[in-house]
Amino acid sequence: MSNTLWGMEITADQLLTGFGDTLYMVALSLLFSVVIGLPLGILLVITRNGHILENKWVFNVLNPVINILRSVPFIILLVALIPFTRFVVGTAIGTNAAIVPLIFYAAPYIARLVENSLLEVDKGIIEAAEAMGATTWQIIFRFLIPEGLSSLVLTFTTATIGLVGASAMAGAVGAGGVGDLALSYGYQRFDTMTMIVTVAALVVIVQLLQSTGNIVSKKIRRR
Amino acid sequence: MIEFQNVKKMYESKKQTVEALKGIDLVVEKGDIFGVVGYSGAGKSTLIRLVNLLERPSEGQVLVNGKALTSLKPKDLRAEKKKIGMIFQHFNLLNSKTVFDNVAMPLILSGTPAKEIHTRVNELLEFVGLLGKAKNYPEQLSGGQKQRIGIARALATNPSILLCDEATSALDPQTTSAVLQLLKKVNREYNITILLITHEMSVIREICNKVAVMEGGRIVEQGSVFDVFAKPQTEIAQNFVRTVIHDEIPQSYISQSEGNPIIWKINFIGANSGKPLLSTVAKRFDVDLNVLSANISEIQETPFGNLIIEVTGEKSEIRKAFDYIQAENILVQEVRIHE
Repeated sequence: MSNTLWGMEITADQLLTGFGDTLYMVALSLLFSVVIGLPLGILLVITRNGHILENKWVFNVLNPVINILRSVPFIILLVALIPFTRFVVGTAIGTNAAIVPLIFYAAPYIARLVENSLLEVDKGIIEAAEAMGATTWQIIFRFLIPEGLSSLVLTFTTATIGLVGASAMAGAVGAGGVGDLALSYGYQRFDTMTMIVTVAALVVIVQLLQSTGNIVSKKIRRR
Repeated sequence: MIEFQNVKKMYESKKQTVEALKGIDLVVEKGDIFGVVGYSGAGKSTLIRLVNLLERPSEGQVLVNGKALTSLKPKDLRAEKKKIGMIFQHFNLLNSKTVFDNVAMPLILSGTPAKEIHTRVNELLEFVGLLGKAKNYPEQLSGGQKQRIGIARALATNPSILLCDEATSALDPQTTSAVLQLLKKVNREYNITILLITHEMSVIREICNKVAVMEGGRIVEQGSVFDVFAKPQTEIAQNFVRTVIHDEIPQSYISQSEGNPIIWKINFIGANSGKPLLSTVAKRFDVDLNVLSANISEIQETPFGNLIIEVTGEKSEIRKAFDYIQAENILVQEVRIHE
């Protein structure tokens, strides 16, 4: 235990690895969640009543499915998805295995947040686009997304922070990461110092993410 | 040219069906500046949205340049929409794009080459007098400037028709006037047919040549702006005309007057308004004339005056004077203040 830091039971290396694991889990699950959640969020907007691709069926199926997924607590999702995770990743334990439930957690969340962001876009702008004879794709990519971008950035910031929190819980399946350290050393082995350091680390991560998100969003809005 | 043929529009909800338009027949000829005036809820907003199919008619059809847009395939419809420009009350510019990119948008959508876009956008910005603002964002502009950008954007694809949806309602009177003059210039220089809706009769007076008055989903009166202003037939049209032409007997006079004074309302139109009518009448007949109210305004570049006078004198002389004025082809009518 030569490498211990500030009287913690974990080494600096462990802490660093934890950091890396958290980053890896959050980044990868965020990427997949956005790839899934963004189109779903867009679909939720454009298929609603009176919008450009109004479609009762799509909207009325998608809407409750997202609600159902969002109402399952992450820790339950984590366990319930074990067979599926094992099928996809090959194992139900470890960092990669945690990514699967994280996506199930974050994608519907992102879909809902994207929906909210895009609903903020002035309907008049969509009307102007339609009057110009824009195609559905053009309306989405040339009007809806650029106009909602500043708000979307904040949306993704919120989602990322949600993922940091959830990834900490993923320690329950031995996912690694800062949260895992907090759970298995700080909480289960009553190592107060580790608890403090890991929580502080999480606080720093969240603060950094939020500030970055705010700055980027503001910059886009200012333009 | 735009033609409405018995167009009806119903909005259906679970509980009830609201009939927003109850059978509209309307023809906007090429080169017209056609104004539709009405209070909010009259259906004028629905009416203008039917032209470029932002709303679909429930019954009847709307022909634009002879084509019924409802029968077109989506691709052809988009192509037709590019021939119809539209500007909005709240401008509807993209806040995330520069002035240049906003004006360029319709061209970008049609896949116009960048070089061509550059030339065209600069040309348009010059036309609306905002070439210097190309790199600004809409939020840095005043309302009037935003609407100019809206106009430039609407003209980008060389449309033959421009739809104006309450285009000046969010602007102050001075800016309104400037924007209206610009619309007039659009109409003259590019020979673009303009259909506009408004709740302000002053807008109609300032630029339109034809007007339709709407109430409760119907057109209750239509005709040349001059005719409607000179002889409004319906009560609602009279109310609208009264908002810009004051031809009422002053309240102070009514409250002070006793008995039953003889009052004439006289309308001068065009060349007649230049004649020294009152002095002639006073010289020829033994009557006294007391002017209660007078004003002259221009409608369609024709002077349009109205005068309210109190006449006193012998009954027979008054009768003769009245006949004389009528013989001069001047519209005169007797009005009473105490019914």
